Amino acid sequence: MAKIITKNLDLWYGSFQALKSVNSAFAANKITAIIGPSGCGKSTLLRVFNRMNDLIEGVRTKGEVLIDGTNILGERADLVALRKKVGMVFQRPNPFPLSIYENIIFGQRVHSGRLKRDALDEVVENSLKSVLLWDELKNDLNKPALRLSLEQKQRLCIARLIAVKPDVLLMDEPCSTLDPQATARIEELMRELKNNYTIIIVTHNMQQAARVSDDTGFMLLGELIEFGRTEQIFTSPQNKMTEDYITGRYG
Amino acid sequence: MERHFDQELKDLNNGILKMGAFAEEAIYKSVEALKAKDGSLAKSVIDNDMNVDKLELTIDEKCIDLIARYQPMAKDLRFITTGMKINSELERIADIAVDIAQRTLELIDKPVLKPLVDIPKLTAVAQGMVKMAIDSFVKGDIELAKKVLLSDSEADNLRNLIQRELIEDYMAKDPSSAPRAVQLLLIARFLERICDHTTNIAEDVIYMVQAEVVRHHPEKLK
Repeated sequence: MAKIITKNLDLWYGSFQALKSVNSAFAANKITAIIGPSGCGKSTLLRVFNRMNDLIEGVRTKGEVLIDGTNILGERADLVALRKKVGMVFQRPNPFPLSIYENIIFGQRVHSGRLKRDALDEVVENSLKSVLLWDELKNDLNKPALRLSLEQKQRLCIARLIAVKPDVLLMDEPCSTLDPQATARIEELMRELKNNYTIIIVTHNMQQAARVSDDTGFMLLGELIEFGRTEQIFTSPQNKMTEDYITGRYG
Repeated sequence: MERHFDQELKDLNNGILKMGAFAEEAIYKSVEALKAKDGSLAKSVIDNDMNVDKLELTIDEKCIDLIARYQPMAKDLRFITTGMKINSELERIADIAVDIAQRTLELIDKPVLKPLVDIPKLTAVAQGMVKMAIDSFVKGDIELAKKVLLSDSEADNLRNLIQRELIEDYMAKDPSSAPRAVQLLLIARFLERICDHTTNIAEDVIYMVQAEVVRHHPEKLK
């Protein structure tokens, strides 16, 4: 079942059109990878799903983006609720300069106001367990998050999202600063998480897209050129542009 | 954009072509040895099999190396995995030529049972199929690959004809002819097996070119 559907989605940064009539359907509880060369619009598409692009001046969109059937581009869309429902993990992990504990409950405080300590403790424990950090950090919850390793920081950022119970996790090059072992562990985590979340990952690493995703979309110059099952895209793409890109012939 | 990887793929292609040439030569020499009762020619097929085996291993290692180092995708991936399978089919074809050479050595000091008519015909079909299969791989030619698949029934018919003749006209009428007739029966069977391997190659070529698995799906060829 499709969790997110885009219909004739166009997006302009001023006069530059970054997305051109993108029609797509992102399946629930699956990992979808978006691949394509730099500047093809893949991060722009990702940021449409929680309207992060709204923060950029001169952005205009046309078309529809339906999440659970509701058009999030509508004027009456509740952006706070949207960003709670659709969380984002960035290229470089960006924990707040607070303790591990405070990082995780930060979203809770924003969205749910004051909660009792027991309830917060439970959120912290469950969130850290979801990202397989609980055993490592349960005795260091008051330590500064900035002292964690890069991989732990990235996991913490995912835990911080999970704490507010999102449906969708957007990941923009989440492993690009990590070493191969840490990358493998984050990928394992993604596989665990997809049972409960819809995950969309933007990556330049084609092997990562091939390893971790169920579906893959290839973008070029703002267009979604091809979208399909990952095994089909990487063994028998239907479009020559997709084939040229994934075999390194593009350009 | 020419990639370094393209040169590696060309090397792999050349290796498979050499393997194909080995297989074609082995079939030709083994049947020539049978027709001419030429023991040294038959032995040369058996001796050269060592080189075929060596090349098979080299090509296999090359394919594994390319997969490990380049992590190929799409048509590159299909080319390499198909190359590995075709390599193995060609090695089997060369092995069967060795089987024919060994049967030939068994027959060499025995009187001729009958003039060879249909075995050379079946050999020509097998050689033609091997050539077409290799060409279809080199050119990525699906129509040629399909032609290989369609030729297989001709090989089956000839094998049946040879079998019937040897059993009914020789073994049934003169049991003393059985030791020689059995060798010829086996040779016919070997030639027909070579044709079966070429159909595997043709099916692999179709997968390589259009990413469609036709193996075990004859309906897809219609």
